[in-house]
Amino acid sequence: MGRRIRRLVPVLGLVPFFGYLTIFLLIPTVAVVVGAFVENDRASLSNIRALGDGVVMRTLWHSIVLSAESAVIGAVLGAVLAYAVVTGRPDGLLRRSVTSACGVLAQFGGVTLAFAFIATLGFSGVVTEAGRDLLGIDLFGNGWLFGLNGLTLVYTYFQIPLMVIVFLPSLDGMRVQWREAAESLGASTWQFWRYIAGPLLLPAFLGSMLLLFANAFAAYATAAALVSQGSPILPLLIRNALTSEIVLGQSHLAFALALDMIVVVVIVMTLYALLLRRTSRWLR
Amino acid sequence: MKRSIRTTALIISITAISLGAAACGGPPDKDSGSTTKAATATSAKDLGGMDALVKAAQKEGQLNVIALPPTWANYGKIIDAFSDKYDIKINSAQPDAASQDEINAANTLKGTKRAPDVFDLGQSVALANTSMFAPYKVATFDSIPEDFKDADGTWVNDYGGFMSVGFDTKKVPEVTSLDDLLGAKYKGKVALNGDPTQAGAAFSGVVMASIANGGSADDIAPGVSFFEKLKKAGNFLPVDPTPATIESGQTPVVIDWDYTNAAETAKLPSWKVVVPEGAAVGGYYYQAINKDAPHPAAARLWQEFLYSDEGQNLYLGGGARPVRADAMKADGTLDEELYSKLPAVQGDPVLLTEEQTKTAADYLSKNWSKVAG
Repeated sequence: MGRRIRRLVPVLGLVPFFGYLTIFLLIPTVAVVVGAFVENDRASLSNIRALGDGVVMRTLWHSIVLSAESAVIGAVLGAVLAYAVVTGRPDGLLRRSVTSACGVLAQFGGVTLAFAFIATLGFSGVVTEAGRDLLGIDLFGNGWLFGLNGLTLVYTYFQIPLMVIVFLPSLDGMRVQWREAAESLGASTWQFWRYIAGPLLLPAFLGSMLLLFANAFAAYATAAALVSQGSPILPLLIRNALTSEIVLGQSHLAFALALDMIVVVVIVMTLYALLLRRTSRWLR
Repeated sequence: MKRSIRTTALIISITAISLGAAACGGPPDKDSGSTTKAATATSAKDLGGMDALVKAAQKEGQLNVIALPPTWANYGKIIDAFSDKYDIKINSAQPDAASQDEINAANTLKGTKRAPDVFDLGQSVALANTSMFAPYKVATFDSIPEDFKDADGTWVNDYGGFMSVGFDTKKVPEVTSLDDLLGAKYKGKVALNGDPTQAGAAFSGVVMASIANGGSADDIAPGVSFFEKLKKAGNFLPVDPTPATIESGQTPVVIDWDYTNAAETAKLPSWKVVVPEGAAVGGYYYQAINKDAPHPAAARLWQEFLYSDEGQNLYLGGGARPVRADAMKADGTLDEELYSKLPAVQGDPVLLTEEQTKTAADYLSKNWSKVAG
């Protein structure tokens, strides 16, 4: 008996965390799932069926394309930057400044970020005005910044630093000795990357990209602050369903849309977990 | 801007407020005797006359309003005037929220002291939620036209206006008709106040475009194709106009209610407002008292104030058309100078019925993504 209690003590420390998970993850998720199957206080599949609607499908597709584009761009550029950092001195100024800058910028989103881009590239943004005055070109066009293309650009802004943060540990895990061993066996640089570093880093790279995808897919505040016309992506369509004063009574559709998002994120995170398992085998 | 969205802040604040409310969990304050009586009063007479109502309201000392932007229909001045006159503190929450947000807030905050006392709603939201309103007849109830009130006073139209085009004469040529906006001079310059599948003002903008292009109150398809053409020409600016974007020149042409557009002229002298000829689309807002108002007497006093000559003329000061305008004109209490400043309206005004609004909303929610996909 006494031993069992003693074994339980370390678990007790986790109670606040589980409480947190229950309140902020479990209960909302259950509420969303249940809400998606209700209409007019009765069980119904009408909202789930509405997910197959043309507008919803197109919005889902846009969301996926936006997340994928910003994840790929962010992953490639972020990986290059991370590599540049890793080749420098571990305690050098470059590494310290880049990592701390990335730590800040990866979290720089929402209204402030949207505003920064509006002030730079908006109709009377600094860069737009300069382009108009100095080069005679119209960077603003017909407002691409406030559509999907604009979102891709703005999302990339926080994706690159996030990639640096999540990918750096994997690059750090690479041992100099592996390269030396390969070279002493006569491998060229290309062969080293093709047969050793590439396969080692690929799962971590893909995993980080999936994380970036999920990050972009769930982002809301930046898009909400930037896009006021139309609802090109799912989070904005949910907003529309909740607050529209024109099309009323769509709150349960919002639940169904949220369920749609949960499904996509669960798939992505499962893939992420699988890749992570592969990566951790190498980096142990 | 009012009827468009600041949802991020909204969702966060509602969550925070409801969590906060749940966490405190204290029982609501015990009602005083007069407050209970006020909650069921359907006129000032029920409480023993205007003076008694004022006294009861002052005892409550506060009034919660929501979604009333200071620059919208002069609400900034109206709030100050009421506050000064009766010495009642007004808590104005989320000025930029949408009509549906008002209802959501009333439901979320029900039973707390922070619930909104009164509503100012767009047509569809108001008519879908009449069960949440407390019927009340203001002293001037009889001088409000029949079509603009519920017979029991469950809701009463407060002010209205017409869809208009506002434009900066320093930045674009004179606008005489909607078709002008398709021209090359307006490239990237035409903004609509909100997303028409969400916001009442933008919705009416599409209706106006429809009527100007051979459509009708029953058929808004021509309105959607007008905006499609506008977008194709590269003229449609996908930015929500606000006083800030107008004054800084980011939105040189704005399609919005004439009273919001007119309010800009005071700050930007080169700003002009036209109601396109033959496409006058009218719309009135709906005023109602929350059935569960935490300050029922103050809520009723607020209605009395809004429908008094003073309150109605204050709406007029913001360029909105007060609902009692005709009666006040006959009585000579209307501020004629302000009234004559309203943009001229030619042709028969179109007002959508609830049914027509519904049909149009259906069409929009399926087809608007072609314009703003």
